[in-house]
Amino acid sequence: MPAVQETIDQVRGIDIDQYKYGFETVIEVDKAPKGLSEDIIRFISAKKQEPDWMLEWRLDAYKRWLTMEEPTWARVEYPKIDFNDIYYYAAPKNVTGPVSLDEVDPELLRTYEKLGIPLREQEILAGVQTSKVAVDAVFDSVSVVTTFKKELQKAGVIFMSISEAIREHPELIKQYLGSVVPTTDNYYATLNAAVFTDGSFVFVPKGVRCPMELSTYFRINEKNTGQFERTLIIAEEGAYVSYLEGCTAPQRDENQLHAAVVELVALDDAEIKYSTVQNWFPGDKEGKGGIYNFVTKRGDCRGARSKISWTQVETGSAITWKYPSCILRGDDSRGEFYSIAVSNGHQQIDSGTKMIHLGKNTSSRIISKGISAGVSQNTYRGQVSIHRRAENARNFTNCDSLLIGDKCGAHTVPYIEAKNQSAQIEHEATTSKISDDQKFYAMQRGIPEEEAIALIVNGFVKDVIQQLPMEFAVEAQKLIGISLEGSVG
Amino acid sequence: MLEIKNLHARIAEDGTEIIRGLNLTVKPGEIAAIMGPNGSGKSTLSYILSGREDYEVTEGDITYNGESILELDPAERASKGIFLAFQYPVEIPGVATMQFLKVAMNEQRKARGEDELTTPDFMRRVKEAAEQLKIDPAMLRRPLNVGFSGGEKKRAEILQMALLEPTLCILDETDSGLDIDALKIVADGVNALRSPDRAVIVITHYQRLLDYIVPDTVHVLYKGQIIRSGDKELAQELEANGYADVIETAA
Ligand SMILES: Nc1ncnc2c1ncn2[C@@H]1O[C@H](COP(=O)(O)OP(=O)(O)OP(=O)(O)O)[C@@H](O)[C@H]1O
Ligand SMILES: [Mg+2]
Repeated sequence: MPAVQETIDQVRGIDIDQYKYGFETVIEVDKAPKGLSEDIIRFISAKKQEPDWMLEWRLDAYKRWLTMEEPTWARVEYPKIDFNDIYYYAAPKNVTGPVSLDEVDPELLRTYEKLGIPLREQEILAGVQTSKVAVDAVFDSVSVVTTFKKELQKAGVIFMSISEAIREHPELIKQYLGSVVPTTDNYYATLNAAVFTDGSFVFVPKGVRCPMELSTYFRINEKNTGQFERTLIIAEEGAYVSYLEGCTAPQRDENQLHAAVVELVALDDAEIKYSTVQNWFPGDKEGKGGIYNFVTKRGDCRGARSKISWTQVETGSAITWKYPSCILRGDDSRGEFYSIAVSNGHQQIDSGTKMIHLGKNTSSRIISKGISAGVSQNTYRGQVSIHRRAENARNFTNCDSLLIGDKCGAHTVPYIEAKNQSAQIEHEATTSKISDDQKFYAMQRGIPEEEAIALIVNGFVKDVIQQLPMEFAVEAQKLIGISLEGSVG
Repeated sequence: MLEIKNLHARIAEDGTEIIRGLNLTVKPGEIAAIMGPNGSGKSTLSYILSGREDYEVTEGDITYNGESILELDPAERASKGIFLAFQYPVEIPGVATMQFLKVAMNEQRKARGEDELTTPDFMRRVKEAAEQLKIDPAMLRRPLNVGFSGGEKKRAEILQMALLEPTLCILDETDSGLDIDALKIVADGVNALRSPDRAVIVITHYQRLLDYIVPDTVHVLYKGQIIRSGDKELAQELEANGYADVIETAA
């Protein structure tokens, strides 16, 4: 049909250079020499003023990593990464960790202002910013500021950069770090254990409901610099916390590496809600540049009746390799995964989840919405595994893919294994194209083409958007619209 | 108001000609009925009037208020006041009917350089129009047309028409699938929109609808051409005798 022919032409002329966050901050930096070695790891550890045991932990991981092979099973293609051609540490000069807001370099404050990240507590309290959200701002390899720390402290909640936590709460770090994602877990996670530079630490003690949303905002600024974030969130018995992660990077011709590890631990009756709005630079219209995002995120429902829920809106990155997972260890625990993955231009996404049912009466729910445009490839890869002891485990999976144009691809790769006969597993999958009928109908009512597409797509992802905290839902909807700009006329 | 001159149009994909030299004039305030056997090109004509890209106009012209609209896309035509009530309304999952209405109304206002509606103003208008058409407000919170019954879909089309206040309303078999009460409600809705500067094209197979929406002119469309035009008597004649005579006379 002509409509399709036209879409093809438009896709050919695709322009995804709409990335709003592509600017660079010019600031003096302190860098480690390029490349990876034991010395570099010692350098990072020293910069962070870490105790010896932490350095040993890193070095062990490094030795292990040297014996490992890069995984190749994902449906993504990229030239071999030269791990010695990367800077592993870059920090704004004279910043080794978060300071009070008055001491933060004004250039950095301006950067976060431009990104729309609220850092000034006074303004938030005065109602200039509408929502009250505590922010940990990580710039390249360091956390530059963490807001609302005092107020959170009053409630007993610890929210600080992981570097600080290693110094100030070594007992908690020793107990929990690597307890969900062991240093031996996989190639990128092991690399992360060796060279991680910053990230957030959250500890919500027994019975406490965290009084506000917490969020970490990651920004990669320096050229050729990898960002190795490490985040650890612990909710003790009956605790509740909702946490949001946001990410952007300047527009650069070279690819940059982001290899994060996020560990969540929920004890009895605890609940952790983790939301991500990932908007790393996706590369330009020729597919040049963009972030390689290799991420290991895992939650451990360690306690009975605990609940972990992952919600992700993935619009950026040249390559996304990411499977936020839940280990349902506690009886009656519940894991959820809600995902929207939008790929346009030359982006490649291989993402999904793993739900590992170990305890009795555990349940999991997976809702994945993939939207592909341009010449992108979008793969959902999900594993549901019911172990022998997991009586009455239940899973519901729904994977829908939406294609815009006909040069892109959507793939669904489910792995299901049930070793207990009482398991109930439901799997639904659909693939559809935005129909010309729907588009024409909306346009006939006076809605211009791009708005019509955005409206239809937002309808398609509604189930997931509803899972996001209010303030971010609106943001995410806009972001999806922007990511798809230029996918049609 | 609407002038279709020697219109030839084909399916763009395979080149099949569907509209073959069609002429039709509709004046402001006029209600024109278009009738004709299945497959004669009635829906196709309504799609071409509203700018669907699956069809190519190869000859002739369509002018609306003196201007050719052939180069305009469907959204642009809509904001000029052309509205099509679909024979088969389309489902849009996940988009609440209310939300769709708001976006559509505001996009049209934007295109005409008017301010967006305030939420209370919007709510008031929707409530009034829904009441008139006996539409349950709960239905408006559901995704547009998803799981609506055949009759509910048709009513939702008329609701959109009432809210968008178009100047040219094209109703493609709006009567099909409606029970007798609903037919009357819908007809009342259309009659309420009657005004000296608004024209209506009613595509239908049955006299029944024309008893309620009384046409000024009746046209028979056959194989992509208007083969006969007349007044409301013509519709009655067709109802009694079928199309055979008319087709024979024209041939
Ligand atoms: N996109 C298309 N692809 C193929 N054939 C088409 C297409 N659009 C219309 N046609 C054909 O054109 C002819 C006219 O169709 P149209 O739907 O306009 O008829 P109609 O007069 O509305 O019929 P009905 O009274 O049954 O609604 C039919 O033969 C139909 O099959
Ligand atoms: Mg028809």
